[in-house]
Amino acid sequence: MNPEKPSKINLNRNEMPKQSPEMRRHNFDEVALGYTEELAIKEASRCLQCKKPRCITGCPVEIDIPGFISFVNKGDFAGGIKRIKEKNCLPAVSGRVCPQESQCEAQCILKNKGAEVAIGRLERFLADWEASQGHIEIPPGASSTGKKVAVVGSGPAGLTVAGDLILLGYDVTIFEALHKAGGVLTYGIPEFRLPKAIVAREVEYLKKLGVKVITDYVVGKTRSIDELLKEFDAIFIGTGAGLPWFLNIPGENLNGVYSANEYLTRMNLMQGYRFPMSSTPVKRHYRVAVVGGGNVAMDSARTALRRGAEEVRIIYRRSHAELPARLEESENAEEEGVIFNMLTLPVRYIGDENGWLKEIECIRMELGEPDASGRRRPIEVPNSNFRIPMDATVCAVGNSPNPLVPSTTPGLETTRHGTLVADQETGKTTRDRVWAGGDIVTGAATVILAMGAGRKAARSIHEFLSK
Amino acid sequence: MNKVIKREMIVPNMHLLILEAPDIASKIKPGQFVIVRADEEGERIPLSVADWDTEEGTITIIFMEVGASTGALASLKDGDTIPTCVGPLGNATQIGQFGTVMCIGGCYGIGSMYPVVRELKKAGNKVLMVFEARSSYLIYWANKFVHLADKIFNITRDGSLGMKGHINRLTDIINSLPSPPDRIIVNGCTYLMAYTSENTKGPGIKTIVNLNPIMIDGTGMCGVCRVTIGGAMKFACVDGPEFDGHEVDWKEFLARRKAYLEEEVLFFRRSEPKPVIHREGKCHS
Repeated sequence: MNPEKPSKINLNRNEMPKQSPEMRRHNFDEVALGYTEELAIKEASRCLQCKKPRCITGCPVEIDIPGFISFVNKGDFAGGIKRIKEKNCLPAVSGRVCPQESQCEAQCILKNKGAEVAIGRLERFLADWEASQGHIEIPPGASSTGKKVAVVGSGPAGLTVAGDLILLGYDVTIFEALHKAGGVLTYGIPEFRLPKAIVAREVEYLKKLGVKVITDYVVGKTRSIDELLKEFDAIFIGTGAGLPWFLNIPGENLNGVYSANEYLTRMNLMQGYRFPMSSTPVKRHYRVAVVGGGNVAMDSARTALRRGAEEVRIIYRRSHAELPARLEESENAEEEGVIFNMLTLPVRYIGDENGWLKEIECIRMELGEPDASGRRRPIEVPNSNFRIPMDATVCAVGNSPNPLVPSTTPGLETTRHGTLVADQETGKTTRDRVWAGGDIVTGAATVILAMGAGRKAARSIHEFLSK
Repeated sequence: MNKVIKREMIVPNMHLLILEAPDIASKIKPGQFVIVRADEEGERIPLSVADWDTEEGTITIIFMEVGASTGALASLKDGDTIPTCVGPLGNATQIGQFGTVMCIGGCYGIGSMYPVVRELKKAGNKVLMVFEARSSYLIYWANKFVHLADKIFNITRDGSLGMKGHINRLTDIINSLPSPPDRIIVNGCTYLMAYTSENTKGPGIKTIVNLNPIMIDGTGMCGVCRVTIGGAMKFACVDGPEFDGHEVDWKEFLARRKAYLEEEVLFFRRSEPKPVIHREGKCHS
């Protein structure tokens, strides 16, 4: 920072072009279109190149942010992407879905002036630029260590572990329960926010580095952790948070009541958004209520709009200020026409004679004193029940870790929340030669935190195996 | 990728499919299922496993052709490959020394009952096998059961073999026995399992059913297979698929199974007419 010449700082953050709301609510193409080269250089030129860059401390994987931005500023995009990839093997993904506003960008010195550098957009730009060159540089691999590592789950944590360890010369195999790799990046986050071609590209990149990816393989069922330990020197468990929560209210098993996991998996993994061109059937619903206020709720609501729903509501028990979704996502949803019913809680689903959802009975809420999370606790307003006619509802109120691996692995300790007990710094579990990271340890969190945990575990696995 | 070793229609509309799946074959137990996709565009469908060969590394599935996805499976040829066969999923059938166990199979459930009967016999039970079908020519694998079961009963809708009628005749069979069975296990279509449970609730005979709801991942992730058992929400894929038939909310289960009936019809409207359609094989739903 240069305090002598504050007037030279350009306070105009460069907006990223987007599809207009009217257009995008009718298609599944990506909403944000990305920076052009000119815009990227212009945005990069705003970086003050701080001597003690705080942005890096806000990044769970410690990318050299000023470093890669200075490459962009010089127009050396190849240099820029190389710098990012030293720390982050999935920049096209994290550039899109990371909550930069609460991480790196929150630390930017220009934030005080409301003009923090758009780090995420620049990261995304570099990753997309590299892909558009048609040639992705493969870094030189280390010589083989002769040691084998199994990675269970191909979500962001698993992909990071695989990417790090393959470069250190390990023989890495990823086991994935579904038929496509990517975990939540594939089954959960919709096409319009994270195109599946990008996820596939990142997985292809790992395969080119030598990572073996075995799909349709359920660890805990097809093979147990103990059986894998006979063949592998170390195992990383990154099976995520995939057990959906329901509200436990009457009528929850009516047809038309979906978990967000089901709704999004049908649309994304099973390509339901292309139905009837794809085989997995999806219904067209005209009135859809999504319960919850996080990113998954926004993804579900916006997917419903794109599938032709005429009325889509977000039903959330707290107020706008407490929405856990990224601001960008809730704004996008609102622009596209999603109706927000704040301070509202469903208490009952009412069905028709054929077992289909017809109405939702809700109760109004008000905010009381702050609770353990620091947010004001929602309290029911007595006798404020009302009904909304609805064809479908998507329950997006969170997930627990999937118990499949813990329940079939003796000695692998879990907490009372069902998450795996693992060392925060190393990811070591209570079982010898077994590491874990991502949502299976933290409970449902973000893509980048999972990647950060993967990085730490990879480091620890390497230390252990190179002893 | 799994190679199709054999695919043939064994009785009208009912197909046998032998797949190369060594990992599954070495691990699977009676009552468990697999999820398959017939092609890259295909949906994920859960199917019970009727037999396996650990040495050959193969599993055998019996399925009924009812819609788009089973139609695609039914047109597979020997030597083809399918992109997905994942498993073994779900919990195994509880096998113990129960005494006399009555096993009831209908449709694909005749096949999936076979390994259950085999294990029950190994455990020292007396097994009474009941085949239920529309007509005698729809019963398959009877020869495989002859050497296993202590007694075989048949119920056919047209009376062409055994008792005439449908599963409600079960009461007559039970009444003809010197004493009621200690346990009943039933595999097959929803009606067969629901009516059996209804018939055995009064006399209080423990009845185990193997539920077959719509599924996607089969690992507890999507929750579409949720069923109400004794008033509590369970996921058939990880908590089941076997449950106490007297505790199942059958009305809800049936409604959830039918959720995509319209879309299935839509598929047939836009698809090319199939050269052979065997209507006579259809049973209830």
